[in-house]
Amino acid sequence: MYDSGPTKLSAASRFHESLRAKNAVKLTRQNVEQIAHLARLEIGSGEIDGVVEKLGRIVEFVDQLQAVETSGVVPMAHPVDMSQRLRADEVSESDRRDLYQQNSQSVADGLYLVPRVIE
Amino acid sequence: MSALPSRPTIADLSRALRNREVSSRELATAALKRIATAQDALNSFITVVPELALAAADRADAGLARGGGGPLTGIPFAHKDIFCTAGMRTTCGSRMLADFVSPYDATVVERLAAAGIVTVGKTNMDEFAMGSSNETSWFGPVRNPWDRDRSPGGSSGGSAAAVAAGLVPAATGTDTGGSIRQPAALVGITGFKPTYGRVSRYGMVAFASSLDQAGVLTLSVEDAALLTASMAGFDPRDSTSAEQPVPDYVAGLDTAIRGKRIGVPREFFDAGLEPASATAIRDALGVFERLGATLVDISLPSLVLSVPAYYIVAPAECSSNLSRFDGVRFGYRHAGATTLEELYKKSRGEGFGAEVKRRILTGTYVLSAGYYDAYYLKAQQVRRLIADDFRRCFAEVDVIAGPTSPTPAFRLGEKVDDPVQMYLNDIYTIPVNLAGLPGMSVPCGMSGGLPVGLQLIGPHFGEATLFNFGHVFQRETDWHTRTPPA
Repeated sequence: MYDSGPTKLSAASRFHESLRAKNAVKLTRQNVEQIAHLARLEIGSGEIDGVVEKLGRIVEFVDQLQAVETSGVVPMAHPVDMSQRLRADEVSESDRRDLYQQNSQSVADGLYLVPRVIE
Repeated sequence: MSALPSRPTIADLSRALRNREVSSRELATAALKRIATAQDALNSFITVVPELALAAADRADAGLARGGGGPLTGIPFAHKDIFCTAGMRTTCGSRMLADFVSPYDATVVERLAAAGIVTVGKTNMDEFAMGSSNETSWFGPVRNPWDRDRSPGGSSGGSAAAVAAGLVPAATGTDTGGSIRQPAALVGITGFKPTYGRVSRYGMVAFASSLDQAGVLTLSVEDAALLTASMAGFDPRDSTSAEQPVPDYVAGLDTAIRGKRIGVPREFFDAGLEPASATAIRDALGVFERLGATLVDISLPSLVLSVPAYYIVAPAECSSNLSRFDGVRFGYRHAGATTLEELYKKSRGEGFGAEVKRRILTGTYVLSAGYYDAYYLKAQQVRRLIADDFRRCFAEVDVIAGPTSPTPAFRLGEKVDDPVQMYLNDIYTIPVNLAGLPGMSVPCGMSGGLPVGLQLIGPHFGEATLFNFGHVFQRETDWHTRTPPA
């Protein structure tokens, strides 16, 4: 079950408050570690300092957009004006599970294997 | 084969095949030999498939012997290693996919194979197409045939170097922020990116889905038109594929451009443009004037915002797309994880390189709760401003022309420690992707012994106009025939 309890929410909000307190420009090592956790991405201890420094420069660079006046501008999500195509809800593909699973390093009985999740 | 130039185009080879001057098997064999010889110096290929290539060549020869086949039948060719190919690995320049063999062909691969093209291998590229120098590839950087200490550009750097060096006459590329046009400019060849949605993205490993578009790197505009004619068209398997008919791109190549209007954005000639490149671009514009076109001074005031807007939109989409690499279903898997979270984190941490990680983190940050409006929504609004700039200009002009890259090829290692400097290299190409427009780079001069590219930008679905302008330029000039030193 999805856990959205008060502890997690306040942790997230503390994270964002800490960014705001520094004008959302200077990312700390702690911030980057939290972002990396959200992205399920391990950053090795040898690379973290470089990542903090370079990510800080990138965020500082994109932050210049904050000064642009955009009130009333309709956000552009898609480069060409087109509406989303729909199709009939019909089965159009055959079952190719065995072929697809050839690219996994750990399968058994048609299932993907991962480390134990439930104790 | 003696009648052929040293670096023949597809059109040259097609004629020779039809006249029985050469067989497809001979062409494939020669291409495979050139690739093997050049690999240590250029590193332009990740995978070479001699057996599949020779089998395809034999099928092409059999078809030609029966009097069948089209202009692409029997032509040796390479795919950027971002296109899924059944039966040969698709690495995307990443450790994450170093052993991945796709169960299916990308639509682009399927269509070109159906046209009889002979795929000899897969070209090197920046990891997941994220880079402008080919230095982020897990398989090592590609070298520029004009100067091996320099970058061929990126991310389609392997395709660019392979075509410039004459290993294959043409190759596919993909362009999310300039990844076809910039490397084409830096190695002195033609690079063409169609309108967003013109060519199917099905089977093209996704980087930023609202920007990615497939195209080609070739020795001539005519070849780019021939290839695009086969690649373009509606594909129900791509949800953003354009339902627009494909016009005859070859028929209009020689149309006179007298009376046509070329917009020249003043922002393209700011202080960032290297002076010798600026001179080459001005000279190229003079060629169009002599052909009777009118140059029109235009302004793209939001141009300066395009790189920061892009580095919000592209990483945001990248972080979402690349979340599929989890170590479970396909791709690199960390051995020995004891929890699922550790499996995810270590597989991704070890499978992705530094630049890909930076973009995933940037994207995760700008999309995180409380930041979405300030970054992603803001960037989408700025994207609209940039697209509107172009729309205003295209009410007045037929094409827009300017530089492709602010400088000629830079040295390997020169920008690798400063991501923002590397990003700014794409200032002239990125706005075109944000607006979804077609763009092309054609060789138009030299600066310090290195090629300079002229960029031509068209309105949505203005492919035929770009091919026309590019082709008449190449009829008047010989920059596209300049060959790198052996």
